Amino acid sequence: MKGFFMVHLQALLFSLGQQLRTPFSSLLTIAVLSISIALSGAFYLAVKNITHLTGHLETSNQITLFLGQQVSDQDGRWLLTRLEKHRSIQSTRLITKTEGLKDFEQFSGFGDALKALSRNPLPMVIQVFPRLNLTTPQQLQQLLDELKALPEVAVAKIDMQWVQRLKAIIVLAERGVLVLASILAFAVIFITGNTIRLELQNRQEEVVIAKLVGATNGFIARPFLYSGFWYGLLAGLLAWLMITGLMALLQSPMEQLMTLYLGYQEVVFLSVLDSVILLVVSAVLGVLGSWGVLVSQLSRLTPE
Amino acid sequence: MIKFDQVSKRYSEVGDVLVDVSFTITKGEMVFLTGPSGAGKSTLLKLIALVESVSRGQVFLEGQNLNRILEREVPFMRRKMGLIFQDYKLLNDRTVADNIALPLLIAGYSHQEIKRRVRAVLDKVGLAGKEKSYPLSLSGGEQQRVGIARAVVNKPSVILADEPTGNLDPALATEIMRLFKQFKQVGVTVLIATHDLSQVIDSGCRQLTLEQGCLVSD
Ligand SMILES: Nc1ncnc2c1ncn2[C@@H]1O[C@H](COP(=O)(O)OP(=O)(O)O)[C@@H](O)[C@H]1O
Ligand SMILES: [Mg+2]
Repeated sequence: MKGFFMVHLQALLFSLGQQLRTPFSSLLTIAVLSISIALSGAFYLAVKNITHLTGHLETSNQITLFLGQQVSDQDGRWLLTRLEKHRSIQSTRLITKTEGLKDFEQFSGFGDALKALSRNPLPMVIQVFPRLNLTTPQQLQQLLDELKALPEVAVAKIDMQWVQRLKAIIVLAERGVLVLASILAFAVIFITGNTIRLELQNRQEEVVIAKLVGATNGFIARPFLYSGFWYGLLAGLLAWLMITGLMALLQSPMEQLMTLYLGYQEVVFLSVLDSVILLVVSAVLGVLGSWGVLVSQLSRLTPE
Repeated sequence: MIKFDQVSKRYSEVGDVLVDVSFTITKGEMVFLTGPSGAGKSTLLKLIALVESVSRGQVFLEGQNLNRILEREVPFMRRKMGLIFQDYKLLNDRTVADNIALPLLIAGYSHQEIKRRVRAVLDKVGLAGKEKSYPLSLSGGEQQRVGIARAVVNKPSVILADEPTGNLDPALATEIMRLFKQFKQVGVTVLIATHDLSQVIDSGCRQLTLEQGCLVSD
């Protein structure tokens, strides 16, 4: 058992030694591999960040009621008190015409244009926050219908609709990540396979001599498999550095963007588990690539 | 030990290379395989080494019919033989010690055992102290002794040598032959293909002669 372990360890170190002997071509291969891995990793992380955001959005379902122009401020307040007693409603907020106008002037920069109008064109608005136990789209829809039917309400809109749309897009994007990652995984397999094929060609004489003194295909394959392992693992490490570096660069602009649109910020990096999976999958792909080539090439390399 | 039973070998491009060859070599015998260039000596050795397979007939090694050996058993059969080549077939980017250690590494010996055996065999072939050298820094005779050391380090029961002295001057060749005789004396079967008749006659060993693929004298 100890001998077995030693043989593997020797082969493992020997294969790394081989790569260090040809640093330029090894680095080139690793760079190409790592770009493929980093592409899938970065795309995955982008989707993960968006998913993370929508997780927060789910709890911010709200219904916006635009009251009719004819509804007075007093009628609006009265409606508000009635709504607050509703069993499906958590809280409400009234934005009067005057407040709406102030907000609009402040944020849009079109204040002067509005002043030119003889009267305030903005409707009174009530924001309705449903109770948190109201989670299914059907329940929300029911509440929406109920509110729509109120005589004071001109238009009722539920903000969840764009969240649902976003979620559908995310499902699509997750599939996209899967497809892209699969394609790039094949790229990694083929690139390592081709590299190992060249190494095998360069060491053809050695392989034949080893066979003549009784080496099994397994013995000959071992250092090449380890070679594939190192290519995969080192490329995975480089890809991890690339992704993390990219995220570090994007972090502050992303946070600014989030603060502007959402009022909070939280950028997600690769988790420890993500990182471990990234490295393991990379190494496995490297081994797979070399294994494929070895299976097809080794029995063809005979002493003749 | 080695038995050929009406063996023929045919290459589709050139036709018959060996025709109806039959002979038996017993354990511990040292035999020369002679004949002009192109007579089929190398081909005969390749049949024993499982590098080529027969077209007709049967080859036996230690009682085993080589026709019946499966692909995955070939490496293990090869470990019973020590192969020696005219061009030495050494790994020039490895030290002498690493070259000789290769069969032991393949067979899975421990590090200590490998070291011990490599040192012992280097002593035997007269290359003590050269373990750290690289093959290309050695003379032809020394390189061939490395080749022989690699062939015998795993204590094979058969040594197959194809023109082992083909690239060496007569004095060195005689030394190499003396080495082979030492192995014969400890019970190893030795089969040497050569077209250098002077070495054969000096040795007084049994001689098989091939001519155009036929065994013409035994
Ligand atoms: N792999 C091969 N394919 C076709 N012909 C071969 C092959 N190997 C050897 N031969 C032919 O077989 C004949 C005997 O070759 P060989 O056994 O090498 O002779 P020797 O070793 O006695 O000089 C030669 O004519 C050679 O051209
Ligand atoms: Mg020959």
